[in-house]
Amino acid sequence: MTTPTNLKYSKTHEWVKIEGTDATVGITQHAQEALGDITFVDFPKTGTNVKKEGSAGVIESVKAASDIYSPLAGKVAEINEGLETAPESINSDPYGSGWIFKLTNINAAEAAGLMDAAAYDAFVESGK
Amino acid sequence: MKKTILYDSHVALGAKMAPFGGYSMPIQYSGIIKEHIAAREAAAIFDTCHMGEFLIKGANAAADLEIMLSCPVTPIKTGQCRYGFICNENGGVIDDQILYRMAENEFFMVVNAATEPADFEWLRQHLSAGTRIENLSEQTAKLDLQGPASVKIMQKLFADKIDGMKYYTWMKNHYKNIEMLISRTGYTGEIGFEIYCTNERGKAFWNDCLNLGALPAGLGARDTLRLEMGYPLYGHELDDHTNAAESGFTRAIAADKKFIGSAAVLDPSKKCRLLAAIRLEGRRAARHGDKILDARGRGIGTITSGSFSPSLSCAIALGYTAIEASAIGNQVRIQTDRQELAGQIVELPFYKKATGRMDIKKFL
Repeated sequence: MTTPTNLKYSKTHEWVKIEGTDATVGITQHAQEALGDITFVDFPKTGTNVKKEGSAGVIESVKAASDIYSPLAGKVAEINEGLETAPESINSDPYGSGWIFKLTNINAAEAAGLMDAAAYDAFVESGK
Repeated sequence: MKKTILYDSHVALGAKMAPFGGYSMPIQYSGIIKEHIAAREAAAIFDTCHMGEFLIKGANAAADLEIMLSCPVTPIKTGQCRYGFICNENGGVIDDQILYRMAENEFFMVVNAATEPADFEWLRQHLSAGTRIENLSEQTAKLDLQGPASVKIMQKLFADKIDGMKYYTWMKNHYKNIEMLISRTGYTGEIGFEIYCTNERGKAFWNDCLNLGALPAGLGARDTLRLEMGYPLYGHELDDHTNAAESGFTRAIAADKKFIGSAAVLDPSKKCRLLAAIRLEGRRAARHGDKILDARGRGIGTITSGSFSPSLSCAIALGYTAIEASAIGNQVRIQTDRQELAGQIVELPFYKKATGRMDIKKFL
């Protein structure tokens, strides 16, 4: 799977799609592959504010649990309720139907510190 | 880190590898849930070459093993096998094993990988002078072919008929003119086989099984499959500090004989806790070491194994609880790192539709 070029990426393997002052967040192909079959998502509460690089929920797979970190600060506007019954969408479509939450009131300037697709690919490659 | 003879095949198949029992072992290939479902509904093959095998021979072998094992030994007929514990003097479990009676005075014992060297030493020290024990672990390959479709695969690969094989029996059978030991046993709950052969034959057999449609499955699926059946995993439900009686596996314990540890195992006053099966309300898993609380929030025990159950689509767990708190139907809460999870003590197995004990003819 090629890394989408319209997204930005964090070192903790989340992706973010920025649209004005709104953003959609998920985890990357690399992250879902490392986690294995995802069985549960603990979402951040809608209406709460999350910090950049702050904890924003938990993803559990058959073998382990790991934190989700928000790539940007903002207010949680929506969560992907479809994942409550079908968390495996994160495995099958991490950049599409496997999105996790949406933020509003983001500061797009914060995105400057995030990686583009090429930089993220290089980051993943170097981590091996 | 040791490698099994199939290491290169695992890497070529894209397995995620991790250390287990001193070996680099495959955790998963195509995905734990897919592999789990293959074992329940079709056929899955597991590399279990890491496990240990001993051959024990001599006129006193049965009498010696009667002292060494918690299960009855003398009644095992040639052609049968039996699950039991090797206990220490305090009734703690040194290992769990399966004993195959090969002949009147000859037994084949299968043990866990991590405990194999200590098991061998313990047995060697405690067997009587005339009883010989040989460690065959390095030269023996072991593969587990499990699932409803495993029977037809076995029938294609072996020359001699298998349609008379009952649960927990073994036979010698011919694969490509070579005699191999096969038993109708396994760690999944499904009908299936454990196959023992030389290292060289093991590779060929593995490839043949893959070509006939068995899905390679790793230790991840092996763990979720055994947990759905409530089978213990050494180091989790069983260890040398845990009285064998507390595990609740009464079929593995003879109440009417003396064996090393029996004074403690058969003494009800030494049994303080019981292994409980907990079905959680949600999908979120409890993990080894999490605290079990009663409905009023008081600590009553500790989780030994927990996972999401692919067959039941909810989380399940095993854990030791105080005996008075262990009744079926009791509501419990599990205190995890992150939150409290609600659950109920239920009867084992968690998964009720397993095919392990069914008539083999139904699968031919």
